Amino acid sequence: MDLFEYQGKELYRKYNILTPKSIVINNLEDLQKIDGTNLNYPLVIKAQVQVGGRGKAGGIKLVNNEGEMITASNEILGMDIKGHIVEKLLIEEASEIEDEYYISFTLDRSSKQYLMLLSSKGGMDIEEVAEKNPDDLIKVYISPSKGLDEGVLKQAIVDAKISKNLEVNICKMIFSLYDLFTNGDCDLVEVNPLAVVNEGQIIALDSKITLDMNAAFRHEEFEEFEKDIPIPKTEKMAKEKGLNFIKLDGSVGIIGNGAGLVMSTLDVVAQEGGNAANFLDIGGGAKAETVSSALEVLEDDSNVKSVLINIFGGITRCDLVANGIVDATKGKNLPWQIVVRLDGTNAREGRSILQENPHENIIVAENMKDAARMAVGV
Amino acid sequence: MSILIDQNTKVVVQGLTGREGQFHSLRNREYGTNVVAGTRPGKGGEEVEGIPIFDSVKEAISETEANTALVFVPPKFAGEAIIESSEAGCSFVVCITEGIPAKDEAKVFDEITNNYKTKLLGPNCPGLISPGKSNVGIMPHEITKSGKTGVVSRSGTLTYQAVHELTQIDIGQSTCVGIGGDPVPGLSFIDILALFESDDDTDSVVMIGEIGGTSEEEAAEFISSSMSKPVVAYIAGVTAPPGKKMGHAGAIISGNKGTAKAKIGALKKAGATVVNDPTELGIALKSLL
Repeated sequence: MDLFEYQGKELYRKYNILTPKSIVINNLEDLQKIDGTNLNYPLVIKAQVQVGGRGKAGGIKLVNNEGEMITASNEILGMDIKGHIVEKLLIEEASEIEDEYYISFTLDRSSKQYLMLLSSKGGMDIEEVAEKNPDDLIKVYISPSKGLDEGVLKQAIVDAKISKNLEVNICKMIFSLYDLFTNGDCDLVEVNPLAVVNEGQIIALDSKITLDMNAAFRHEEFEEFEKDIPIPKTEKMAKEKGLNFIKLDGSVGIIGNGAGLVMSTLDVVAQEGGNAANFLDIGGGAKAETVSSALEVLEDDSNVKSVLINIFGGITRCDLVANGIVDATKGKNLPWQIVVRLDGTNAREGRSILQENPHENIIVAENMKDAARMAVGV
Repeated sequence: MSILIDQNTKVVVQGLTGREGQFHSLRNREYGTNVVAGTRPGKGGEEVEGIPIFDSVKEAISETEANTALVFVPPKFAGEAIIESSEAGCSFVVCITEGIPAKDEAKVFDEITNNYKTKLLGPNCPGLISPGKSNVGIMPHEITKSGKTGVVSRSGTLTYQAVHELTQIDIGQSTCVGIGGDPVPGLSFIDILALFESDDDTDSVVMIGEIGGTSEEEAAEFISSSMSKPVVAYIAGVTAPPGKKMGHAGAIISGNKGTAKAKIGALKKAGATVVNDPTELGIALKSLL
């Protein structure tokens, strides 16, 4: 789960990572809260959106007094930045930046090690640095069981051409960030820029953090963060029903069992000239309730014009899935045609259950390609 | 022959007393797999349908000579369970558990690689089956048939789909392996391809990949440099949008990395036959044999 900048900065404070003093506001009335804080002008007003390029879009403004602050806040709140509406602002003290660096921690899938990227060319697009000046991007692979070694880190700081005078402060900062990455169960911790201020103090000016939700059981704060991240209504509904759902742009609603098969169904629909409206995996051992929950979720999406149910029976038996489909649809007015493709364990039995309990809106297809063609053609 | 498991495989199931663990262990035993022991701390001395339960894997091994562990332990404890069976001397560990924190996985791999000779399949995988010999995991054996094609995949249901297609047109399988959908699986495509390449009873390979990471590209390099047997491949997720986890934790296009297009290109260049639809895998392979 991707965090907003202000949420990432809450985590920074928990891990003793220096970041500017700030408050978060939801509306202009909240600006009065500033009086109770000891924030000093100039301040930076930052739109809280999960998309890059907010600075260029006018979502970041420097203000020197209350009047400017109100004007800027009024301008940025509600702004549409690449389809993301600004609902919160982070207002923080502006820093006099002496130098800007880049640092990130991720898990490198090929080497199965943690990867630290460090560069003294901060404040700009790091992929551009990697492409144009690869020598400016220092890569350090870290053994997950041994951890980050101080000697290795010091060498990386030298390699990144960061001044020796800053070594103590920057080491301390990087160890704190590493602590957040590992003990905080983050998939990504990226600070750009990591800034030098006040003659050698190191401060994290931005935050880009992705949490590993598999570790939510050992982090109470994950759930708190999750509550504050808005998700579209249909996705929320699917989540509450325990379904794995992702909204897409097309019109063919997809229900399948197994992530790989569902992904593959989206592809086959596209090959037949259609576009999937969603990814929806009902998982293994699908029961009648799961099928009806899945159909309810699709009913909530007005873009859906037809539905393709694609099931491969392994341990899941197709006859049980067919019973589930019959139970979920019997006597109901369906808003669209449903094409069902059953294959694998007890597929024949499943198909005959559907034929014996016909519904005018349900068609049974012989194979995946035919099913996709029929669902696209409806 | 087959790879990783055969009639001599003796399985200890960690978490055999749980609902899933019990269901699949008994299914595996019914198929003919030597399920010799289960473990559950505090339940040593009990048994489940004639399978003895031990407090630890170490005890289970000394009493039953188990050589392979099958892990059904919940995510919170699965990392420790893998280390326990590796330390106790299992040469092969299969972890079915889904939802293990990435940091736990990374540490477990690192520790196993540095300290033990154990091979780990998974986590978050359906396990593997050598048809007619042994089934270790949750694969439906009904759709398999003994033969000479090796199957390796990141996705459970797509593996079943592919195996089903092969069986329908009378192409049997030597071993079907699900390496799992997590970002950092234990055994990778390359490991399994290398085992198939050196297995006398495997004459061809079906490989099923998906978006995310670069393991298919790495596999393509291996196919090009080191494989003599024909490979037919399918990659899921051509139309998946970037930045979204498509069900599997590892199935995500990050920036411009991990796209299906790049994987398909690399596999084609390496000489593999790549099909557009998973139901075409069987027919495509038949035309090569």
